[in-house]
Amino acid sequence: MFISGQKRKGVKVLKMVSIVINGKEVEVPAGSTVLQAAEMVGIDIPRFCYDPDLSPLGACRMCVVEVKGNRLLPAACVTPVFEGMEVNTESEAVIEARKTILELLVANHPLDCMTCEKMGDCKLAEYCYRYGVKESSFAGEKHQYAIDDSNPFIVRDLNKCILCGACVRACEEMTGQDNLSFLYRGFDRKATTAGDVDYIESDCVFCGQCVAVCPTGALTEKSMVGQGRRWEYGRIRTTCPFCGTGCNFDLAVKDGKIRGVLSNPEATVNGRMLCVKGRFGWDFIYNEKRLTTPLIKKDGQFVPASWDEAFDLIAERLNAIKAQYGPDAFAALSSARCTNEENYLVQKFARAAMGTNNVDHCART
Amino acid sequence: MTNPINEITEHAQMMLLIGTNATEAHPVIGYKMRQAARRGAKLVVCDPRHIDLVDEADYWLRLKPGTDIPLLNGLMHIIIKEGLEDKAFIEERTENYEELKEVVASYTPEYVAELTGVPVEDLYAVARLYATTDRAMIFYTLGITEHICGTRNVMSIANLAMLTGHLGRPGTGVCPMRGQNNVQGACDMGALPNVYPGYQPVNVDANREKFEKAWGVSLPAKIGLKIPEMFEAAHKGTVKAMYILGENPVLTDPNANHIKEALDNLEFLVVQELFLTETAQFADVILPAASFAECDGTFTNTERRVQRVRKAIEPIPGQANWQTICQMVTRIGYPMAYDHPHDIWKEMASLTPSMAGINYDRLEKESLQWPCPTLDHPGTPYLHAGKFTRGLGLFQPSEHIPPGEVPDQEYPYLLSTGRILFHYNVTTPYSGGISSVWDKEMAEVNPVDAEKLGIQTGSLVKVTSRRGQVTTAVRVTDRVLPGVIWMSFHYASTPTNELTSAVLDPVTGTGEYKVCAVKIEPI
Ligand code: SF4
Ligand code: SF4
Ligand code: SF4
Ligand code: FES
Repeated sequence: MFISGQKRKGVKVLKMVSIVINGKEVEVPAGSTVLQAAEMVGIDIPRFCYDPDLSPLGACRMCVVEVKGNRLLPAACVTPVFEGMEVNTESEAVIEARKTILELLVANHPLDCMTCEKMGDCKLAEYCYRYGVKESSFAGEKHQYAIDDSNPFIVRDLNKCILCGACVRACEEMTGQDNLSFLYRGFDRKATTAGDVDYIESDCVFCGQCVAVCPTGALTEKSMVGQGRRWEYGRIRTTCPFCGTGCNFDLAVKDGKIRGVLSNPEATVNGRMLCVKGRFGWDFIYNEKRLTTPLIKKDGQFVPASWDEAFDLIAERLNAIKAQYGPDAFAALSSARCTNEENYLVQKFARAAMGTNNVDHCART
Repeated sequence: MTNPINEITEHAQMMLLIGTNATEAHPVIGYKMRQAARRGAKLVVCDPRHIDLVDEADYWLRLKPGTDIPLLNGLMHIIIKEGLEDKAFIEERTENYEELKEVVASYTPEYVAELTGVPVEDLYAVARLYATTDRAMIFYTLGITEHICGTRNVMSIANLAMLTGHLGRPGTGVCPMRGQNNVQGACDMGALPNVYPGYQPVNVDANREKFEKAWGVSLPAKIGLKIPEMFEAAHKGTVKAMYILGENPVLTDPNANHIKEALDNLEFLVVQELFLTETAQFADVILPAASFAECDGTFTNTERRVQRVRKAIEPIPGQANWQTICQMVTRIGYPMAYDHPHDIWKEMASLTPSMAGINYDRLEKESLQWPCPTLDHPGTPYLHAGKFTRGLGLFQPSEHIPPGEVPDQEYPYLLSTGRILFHYNVTTPYSGGISSVWDKEMAEVNPVDAEKLGIQTGSLVKVTSRRGQVTTAVRVTDRVLPGVIWMSFHYASTPTNELTSAVLDPVTGTGEYKVCAVKIEPI
């Protein structure tokens, strides 16, 4: 449906048209939008409501451009290219229009960037910086919404919402949960749950897709609050340990500790989609009940032991049992949760070291 | 899976789901099914329970639990009767069609409707839809394999796909969705009693000689014990010692009491685990395990896609699992030494033709679906293009096999079990966030039964089978049929598997988790 998606899947788009962007003549696939065409030649057009993984909305007007012969400033994210089109993405009129949009947003935005979770990864702040918008000439009322942090996973601060609707579309088009929509009108307009209740009271399944697409600090991961600035995190791409779908995501690591899971758009199977387990279930890693040292049972009680003591005891008992009863008195149960490499070693352990084919795993459960 | 997950949204015109609650067991696959259905692909859900995807479905075949084979036979009966079978495909690529025809002949729509409870007109509609849709995919999971007749169910599904030529092309295929993250990989790696990595049988001399040479020891030719046989042998005292890595059969296997007795009977048990699980309690030595975030390695997903698992933090017990295994085995007297999991993979791949083309360097750039025999091979997104592994596809028809245990006067309810979205066997209960929201079993009971029993949502009940008894809270909902109680198996406080049946599928040894008889008493 969208050019960027098609490119990823290797579908060839055959017909090309030539257009002029910012004075440069370029060839782009017919059917692209101006925003996509600009992206292909390395020109970044600001956008709030556009998201490559969601249906186009054309609502925020941040992406407006000047097109020769058109007195209005069309929105680049929903305007298709045509042969001979001449586009200016940063003309004076365009910049003026974008500044006005930013000033209107800032007029009703808590300017607490210094403590905001998304600082460093917020489109509103990025574009205010780009266009030098410091404060608003539109004095006005500000929202005073209560922060929704009644669930363990997501913090929702709608005072920071810019009504781009990405969360609404992600919930509907990615997850299909239809848990969010726009309610109320005018100043009171709100992207929220049916009945405007907290997430925990709604039909939310906590997939976190809305968080992954939100361009501001309105929706954030609770586990990451106060843990670090976005740019401080190392991102380690890995595969989800919870089901056979094989979703990929990034573990956000700071100071040797995992603080959250972030979507990775390159993930082959799932793109930015995850479920509650993959996105929020990782904290079992730091459960205080984790075993940290070998344990040996003595008189019915588990007693901490060194690795050496544990290995010595295992070697002695397994060798004795093998000597007395033969190799088939041993059986190994491997794990459908562990890696391929670990499974390979376990079957090699049973076969090569113990001399038995008594090895299986709980595939059947 | 014969076909890739992404074909759901890219190619499929129809999805036939049998006994699979995808939005809960494989959520992201479930999302994709929903997307495809909303985009216009037809969706048929065969499930006794009102699962979420029923709301997106064109047809919901609410069959009685344990009647999958008659349903499938009934669909094939109609397809053959109406001449909708793919004659060219049957002719060129299959054998034993005559026997199939014979077996399904007696499964008339009327007879099948009576056995399954699915209306005759729905049987006709779905049979015609599947047979006449060019690109149709079938999905199934535990709902199908966790029956006494699990293997037969799987064969019946394959029969249906072959009958209509829905194999070997994009947007078609038979897609079993594996439950745990690396079930596929554990099988591929030879953690099975009859095969080495890559499904190379241990009782074929050439295979054994190859591995003997590589591993420098002589290897046994005798096929080993499957899980239920291991526990049976432990009961009898012929298996004396076990090593268990990262599994908790006491909580997840059917008939938990039997497993506990077996473990108790062992002379020596080693468990390598993250937590002091119900199973680890029985150990003589526990080795602390590292989690997925603490190890390098690979997982293979349900579509045979090999993907990297990367170490993000230092192992909490001080060393990665592969290091622990190597040190332990070396101490036992068989030297095992590798510098990195990549070396383990390389050794495996050098012995496994279907994986030979995959290595970590390639996986840095792409994920690959095996078979991938050479370094320049692109991997295999869908199987059975042109021909089946065994040459011709074999029709293996089955008669209806009634469940091993059915409700009676003393145990009048049918217990069915499954997975819920928020949990994943053994690790999620240790997630603070997840367990704070979903902290206890909520067994599902139909309003009709709830009224009879005088219970409401939140009431506590005792559920008793011939094998054990558990206590659980209930949720009253018409998601389940009258006469059925549905429970998950995620909670140590309600160990559902103490109830489930000891009847096993004779071929795979899978426990019959899905169906057994129980009584319910309010407390
Ligand atoms: S977490 Fe998922 S289900 Fe909940 S509102 Fe966000 S997108 Fe919708
Ligand atoms: S919450 Fe975020 S994603 Fe949703 S409308 Fe507001 S800014 Fe956009
Ligand atoms: S994120 Fe959810 S759907 Fe994806 S692999 Fe993990 S558990 Fe499965
Ligand atoms: S990004 Fe184009 S209108 Fe919002």
